[in-house]
Amino acid sequence: MTRVLVLHLAVLAGLAALGAVLPAYHHGMMARILMLAVYAIGYNIAFGYTGLLSLGHAMFLGAGMMAAGLWVQQGGSAAAALGLGALAGLGAATLTGVLALRTAGVSFMIVTLMFAQAFYLTLLYFGAITGGDEGFPLPAAGRQLMGLDLSQDGPRYAVALAIFAVALLVQLALVRSRFGRTLVAMRENEERSRMLGYNPFTTKLAALAISGLFSGVAGAGYGLLFGYVGASFATIQYSILPMLYVLLGGAGTTLGPLLGAVLMFYLIDTASSLTELSLAVIGAALLFLVLFAPKGILGTLRDRGIRWLP
Amino acid sequence: MGTGPLLLLATLEGTVMAAVLALAAVGLSLSFGVMRVVNVAHGEFFMLGAVLAWAVAQAVPSAPLGFVAALVICPVLVGALAYAIDAGLLRRLKHDPEATIVATIGLSYILQQGALSLFGPDARPVEAPFTLRLQLPWFGYSGYKLFVVVAAALVLLAVWWVMTRSRAGLVMRATQIDRATARAFGINVDRVYAGTFALGAGLAAVAAVLIVPIQQAHYLMGHDPLLLSFIVVIIGGLGSIRGTLIAALVIGLADGILSMLYPPTLAKIFATLAVALVLVFRPQGLFGARP
Repeated sequence: MTRVLVLHLAVLAGLAALGAVLPAYHHGMMARILMLAVYAIGYNIAFGYTGLLSLGHAMFLGAGMMAAGLWVQQGGSAAAALGLGALAGLGAATLTGVLALRTAGVSFMIVTLMFAQAFYLTLLYFGAITGGDEGFPLPAAGRQLMGLDLSQDGPRYAVALAIFAVALLVQLALVRSRFGRTLVAMRENEERSRMLGYNPFTTKLAALAISGLFSGVAGAGYGLLFGYVGASFATIQYSILPMLYVLLGGAGTTLGPLLGAVLMFYLIDTASSLTELSLAVIGAALLFLVLFAPKGILGTLRDRGIRWLP
Repeated sequence: MGTGPLLLLATLEGTVMAAVLALAAVGLSLSFGVMRVVNVAHGEFFMLGAVLAWAVAQAVPSAPLGFVAALVICPVLVGALAYAIDAGLLRRLKHDPEATIVATIGLSYILQQGALSLFGPDARPVEAPFTLRLQLPWFGYSGYKLFVVVAAALVLLAVWWVMTRSRAGLVMRATQIDRATARAFGINVDRVYAGTFALGAGLAAVAAVLIVPIQQAHYLMGHDPLLLSFIVVIIGGLGSIRGTLIAALVIGLADGILSMLYPPTLAKIFATLAVALVLVFRPQGLFGARP
């Protein structure tokens, strides 16, 4: 346990040090990546640990972002907006789960995809309030968190890192708890877990709800840190990105979401600055991972020797 | 225009929609039925059919000839591409349902990017092979659109014949019902899978070639057909071709009529929610029988 904890704290310390030395451009990028990594951590809890392959997480991200954005737009405080975003993500995920978890496998993927699509279309339909695809900027007055001005680089990175640190450590505690092992049991063999007395429906619902909560926080945080909220974050592409991050970093590893988000974000950024081929990069990465490295980087490392990797 | 003629116009538009939709959806339904995989790149095969139709029509100088050439060449090209994709990619994944979805998502990004890079972001028109206009008492109607309905019906009839009367169809149905036994009887299941995948993609391409003279070819045009095909296949019952046809007719007509009365976004919201709920509460589809 201690070396696991040391590893995680070292990663967080490394990120903090990075914040002090990075040039401005990468500074902003890393803050973005940290928020996306929180989102990917949420996705990892559902997909990596519980085996729920969802194509609808963009709804939870979008719900959290929209709730926080509208709240701040109406003059609410940023701290409350974060909480509201978490609640929105939790609520959306619970509602989705109650219905979608009656199905499994491919049907679950399609049902979550359809719900997320309906949510996205609803945001467009109420474009007068949500700003539709163009979204709306958040007022500077609302972007103050505990005396920190989130439009400044330094505070923005600090807050992003703080949110990420909490998410990472909560994830670690969660997956090492009894409940976390129940989640893995559902992934590995649902029938056997049922026979041992665990209720698959409530367990998976709880996992999805927690996953939604993380996604909602990530959405709210992203909106607050970068001062912009829009329906484009609820598109199918934002359901696929966390899947990509988690697959790349390693599904069912605590640090996989961060690693995957960093590598993929920079890969796409580099690719789109060199050519116009960012879509193809995403596609090729998905194909490569599914074909040759279904366990991702950390999953493969764990298989090849570093067995204690959480 | 009075209510009656307006309804007639909506029904005509709905029928055209239903015909094209049925082609695309039967393609998706085939690969789902026989191979048990969901092909997310199906919309991209549709888009490729349309974009290639434009390219072929550019290469052939006369308009009717260009269209006919496209109608023959594009489905074959798209089918060949699908065959290669199945043999080179999906077979390596052993057609695992979830891995296949992830892979075809990746594929759809690559195909979109390919179309964008090679054909550019503009919508490209293809000229209809003839410009006959049927003058009804209330409004004129494009004869080409009626041709689309007839052509789609003929292709579907051919598919039905192949599936129920030919040896290839027998082999496909045998594979669908029991893959292991089919293999034991000497059927090359890998080839059946690749062939089914190619046939499904080819049907999407036929639908696309028929529709380009009405809508234009564009690299993002695969989204709506994919979503609608999904809806049709799910409502019709996963893997059941008859259900798919009935559902295509119902949904095509409903779409044609409803979109004249309600804002399209609202109609889409209800359609997607309805499909999700059908999958949750009636996974065998509305038209019942499991294949």
